[in-house]
Amino acid sequence: MTRREMFLKTGVLLNGAAGVVLAIPIVRYLLSPVLREGKPGYESWVSLGPLDRFPAGQTRLAAFHNPRSSPTDGVTADIPCWVRNIDNRKLQVFAINCAHLGCPVRWFPQSGLFLCPCHGGAYYSDGSRASGPPERGLFEYRYKVRQGNLLIEAGEMPTTGDPSARLVRIRTGGATCA
Amino acid sequence: MRLIRQAGAWLDARLQLAKPIRETMEHRVPSRSASWAYVFGSAALTIFGLQIVTGILLALLYVPSAGQAWNSLQVLNHQVTLGWFIRALHGWGSNFMIALVLIHMAQVFLFGAYKFPRELTWIVGIFLLLMTLGMAFTGQVLRFDQDAYWGLGIGASISSRIPVVGSWIVKLLLGGPIIGGATLSRFFALHVFVIPGTLILLVGIHLLMVLKLGINEWPMPGRLVRRSTYLEEYHELTSRDGIPFVPAAIGKDLVFSGMILLAIAACALFLGPFGPGGRPDPTIIQTAPRPDFFFLWLYAVLSLLPPSLETPVLLIGPAIALAVLFALPFFSGEGEKSWRRRPIAVLSILLVAVALGTFTHLASNAPWSPVMDAWSALPIPRQYLKNRTALERQGALVFQAKQCHNCHALAGAGGQRGPALDAVAVHLTPDQLVRQVIQGGGNMPAYGNNLSPAETTALVSFLETLCPAGQAPARDASRSAARAIQ
Repeated sequence: MTRREMFLKTGVLLNGAAGVVLAIPIVRYLLSPVLREGKPGYESWVSLGPLDRFPAGQTRLAAFHNPRSSPTDGVTADIPCWVRNIDNRKLQVFAINCAHLGCPVRWFPQSGLFLCPCHGGAYYSDGSRASGPPERGLFEYRYKVRQGNLLIEAGEMPTTGDPSARLVRIRTGGATCA
Repeated sequence: MRLIRQAGAWLDARLQLAKPIRETMEHRVPSRSASWAYVFGSAALTIFGLQIVTGILLALLYVPSAGQAWNSLQVLNHQVTLGWFIRALHGWGSNFMIALVLIHMAQVFLFGAYKFPRELTWIVGIFLLLMTLGMAFTGQVLRFDQDAYWGLGIGASISSRIPVVGSWIVKLLLGGPIIGGATLSRFFALHVFVIPGTLILLVGIHLLMVLKLGINEWPMPGRLVRRSTYLEEYHELTSRDGIPFVPAAIGKDLVFSGMILLAIAACALFLGPFGPGGRPDPTIIQTAPRPDFFFLWLYAVLSLLPPSLETPVLLIGPAIALAVLFALPFFSGEGEKSWRRRPIAVLSILLVAVALGTFTHLASNAPWSPVMDAWSALPIPRQYLKNRTALERQGALVFQAKQCHNCHALAGAGGQRGPALDAVAVHLTPDQLVRQVIQGGGNMPAYGNNLSPAETTALVSFLETLCPAGQAPARDASRSAARAIQ
């Protein structure tokens, strides 16, 4: 091997090695939202305020500041959800996102339905699917009541493929003859 | 003048670009290709230039931060001299660019220009289409309003359905667990660096191939493409019947590009910029998110597909469509070019155009979405209340109070999600009406838990009155049969 050939081969090898050395931190940087460097999941318990705000027998809109937010989030860190107080002992807290494609569902106490403005999904008051394109019921947060405050376990936008919130029972198909 | 010439000579002695530029400009193209049918690609390129210039101008003031983006757009619209006009040029430029890319693609397809030896030009063109659509979607996100926020949610929800890696892709797309600061920043990086950089590179390759392989000749019915003879025939055609691109052929391109630029300016001037809509505050849920014009068809498809088919169609459909587009020049790389002898090609274009047009039209009035305020905003037509009993009128009240009107129209007003009920008594017997109201079915929720027996009775007696004059109400044939037996 001549000196020139040696330089060529060493140069190629050296740049290849440098590429690998640089690629590892770059890939880790890019994947940081997924890898999270061994930290636990995005979810943690957040307060929705005193339970008195949610009278029994009613479904009301609440909002919380997302537990994992960054200073550049602005208003997008304020996440709404629906709180259904069944009888002061049992509650349901639904994600705002339609289980179809994530649009904000609205509660209509008159007809007892959650309706989605995007593609027309409809859910009953207990969050189960009523009609339209969703294949399942609304996403539900885990909740607990501590010292009169309602807390939910939240932090991640629920999506159909990755339901971080619990599944409400699926009611498939329409009504059947008794 | 002499000074300029001297400076030019000095520069060219070092750059040595004058000769290749002159050769490129004067390369010979078939005389019939200097046609109005061949001007769409160059016009799309011109608009791309406009988008780069207006994009840089907007970036002088736009703040790519979830907390500030919306405010900076308001400043551009209302406080900066002609900021609204630059925004409008960029927005309308985007719409015109997609339209021209699609027209260019249809023309290339119909004129058989994708056939040998221009297969790779076609494939790069598909990537250019994808990049253009990518620019449109990311651009819609940068207009950080309610539509952008919830549109991102829809994008994330679709991505989440990809098997195995779905949840990873969602987090990589959003830059975290929710739509927030990191999301807008990465869409800014995509819209301003990654996709435009790729576009410039691909446009360069696309144009290089147009120059190296020559512009497609005007297709003549019966003149078939054969791999063995085409290059020779094309060379013979350009030397026999060729004209220099500059100045003989470029005129129509220039005229059309100029007209398009003026049309964009006119749209910008008279119709103004797009949005931004409401603040991207997720807690304001009184919103009905809609995508921009060129994604409306997808919005309709997502509403109309049966639930069980949706995920397969969403995940497999695009892959099939792309596979067909990529494979096209390979299974149809030779033979007839003229659209006059390719009826299936013409029908395919018509089918795609009619389908996209129909879906877009449907999406513009979204009949699948309930009219959320119909129950309180639209009264029951007077003729349906005249000469009715107290119970029937009570039923009309139930109809409004329980929001039936949001999904069912009366006298042409109301929701279109369910059928109009002006003649419902002709189609359903009282028993069937009770069953439908209480149990739902056929895309209607069940109201059994939400209506008292008295309310149901009143509602059904009102519905029984919805029977146009001269038409008999529906009746249960088994009842009269049973009575006859007795």
